[in-house]
Amino acid sequence: MSYSDKVMDHFMNPRNVGEVENANGIGQVGNPLCGDVMRISVRIENDVIKDIKFKTFGCAAAIATSSMITEMVKGKALEEALRVSNRAVAQALDGLPAQKMHCSNLAAEALKKAIQDYLARHS
Amino acid sequence: MRRVYLDHSATTPIRPEVLEAMLPYLRERYGNPSSLHHWGQEAKKAVEQAREAVAALISARPEEIVFTSGGTEADNLAVIGAAYANAAKGRHIITSSIEHHAVLDSMQYLERQGFKVTFLPVTAEGLVQVDEVGAAITPETILISIMHANNEVGTVQPVALIGQLAKEKGIILHSDAVQSAGKIPVDVDELGVDLLTLSAHKIYGPKGVGALYVRKGTRLDPIFHGGAQERKRRPGTENTPGIVGFGRAAALAKQEMATEARRLAALRDRLLDGLIKRIPDLVITGHREKRLPNHASVCVKYVEGESLLLSLDLQGVAASSGSACTSGSLEPSHVLLAMGLPHEVAQGSLRLTLGRENKEADVDYVLEILPPIVERLRAMSPLRC
Repeated sequence: MSYSDKVMDHFMNPRNVGEVENANGIGQVGNPLCGDVMRISVRIENDVIKDIKFKTFGCAAAIATSSMITEMVKGKALEEALRVSNRAVAQALDGLPAQKMHCSNLAAEALKKAIQDYLARHS
Repeated sequence: MRRVYLDHSATTPIRPEVLEAMLPYLRERYGNPSSLHHWGQEAKKAVEQAREAVAALISARPEEIVFTSGGTEADNLAVIGAAYANAAKGRHIITSSIEHHAVLDSMQYLERQGFKVTFLPVTAEGLVQVDEVGAAITPETILISIMHANNEVGTVQPVALIGQLAKEKGIILHSDAVQSAGKIPVDVDELGVDLLTLSAHKIYGPKGVGALYVRKGTRLDPIFHGGAQERKRRPGTENTPGIVGFGRAAALAKQEMATEARRLAALRDRLLDGLIKRIPDLVITGHREKRLPNHASVCVKYVEGESLLLSLDLQGVAASSGSACTSGSLEPSHVLLAMGLPHEVAQGSLRLTLGRENKEADVDYVLEILPPIVERLRAMSPLRC
């Protein structure tokens, strides 16, 4: 398995690990059957992601994509955050090995779920 | 950086003595063993000497050894060759659900050719139960294939008891002994096997050479065609340097087996005991006693295998895992699942297999670096509450 330096950096030094205190949105995707579980918790205020953290069970690609997306959307408006795709996360990491593109590249879906959870709670 | 190789079940380094033995056959002794002249006869003599050494490792006769390109070919030849040669007697085969893919995939191929295959379950320790083998036998059964020791969890199977059953019923018994031969005693008569698979590169020999033991009188169709080499069971010009290396490796393994097995078992127990003591929520996979002396395998709950391997590699330790990511499929290891481990636990599998160069200090190094790696990954895991 050859990972980019950026993937290895985010794997070894993941950003924003944990659970946001007073989170008002939580999204979880994947299941342990296929090897990856990602949980993203967010604190959203005035339609802006004030805080975001992740917890991930999975391979280096799963951990790195989770870490990367938290960096990409922290402080961003919801609309902008929702536009971040799995592909964009992989690109920001200088790419993922082909076989990891579908199975371990779920961070954008986890984020989307967290935002939907927030919206559902506040509608 | 300190480097510790703990993946000897994947492959081993070539021993210097083995390499030395091979070199003349890669240089000046290049003859084709089928040739009548000096060069050919020199090579033929070397191949026959190697055959004696390999036969001696498993208490067989030299003429019962068929050299192949490796364990996978030997497994294919055994399973497919025995099935085709004996199809007139019946078309039912018994195997276990934890065989190496070289056997499992050959069985699936035979199913597509109209054979019926029973895949026996195993216990939580990865043991095939002899009475279940007995219960699966039908008048149509022509072949039983049960591995001697499992590559992923190290469990040693009761092949000798299965051998008695097979003999009573006149059924051919094959055993894949790639992981066990050279590490623990393998005697083809004690085991009661008719076919037995060996590989050179698991015992400090070269890659690309293996052997199938074929008991005299066993009906076996070749899967290759094109020459009279290996008594027509495996046509093709012999891999003389590889075979010579295999012979030397087999002789050395036989000579050193008893002392090396004791030494490795002590290291393995130090490793397993140390891991249990230092890492909570750890599951030892495989049987605690009936296991290969060099084989430690565990599942680390709440973390995934590839993350473990990558973290270990960054600190110089080579290991392997049966997680979905590392098995190259979407499923974790078929062996761990057959042993009844839940998917998420199987994802955290870790195999550490010791070898000749490993010392106590290597084990202690792993015991020092692995707990913090596990702790770091678990702190990220949503599975641990």
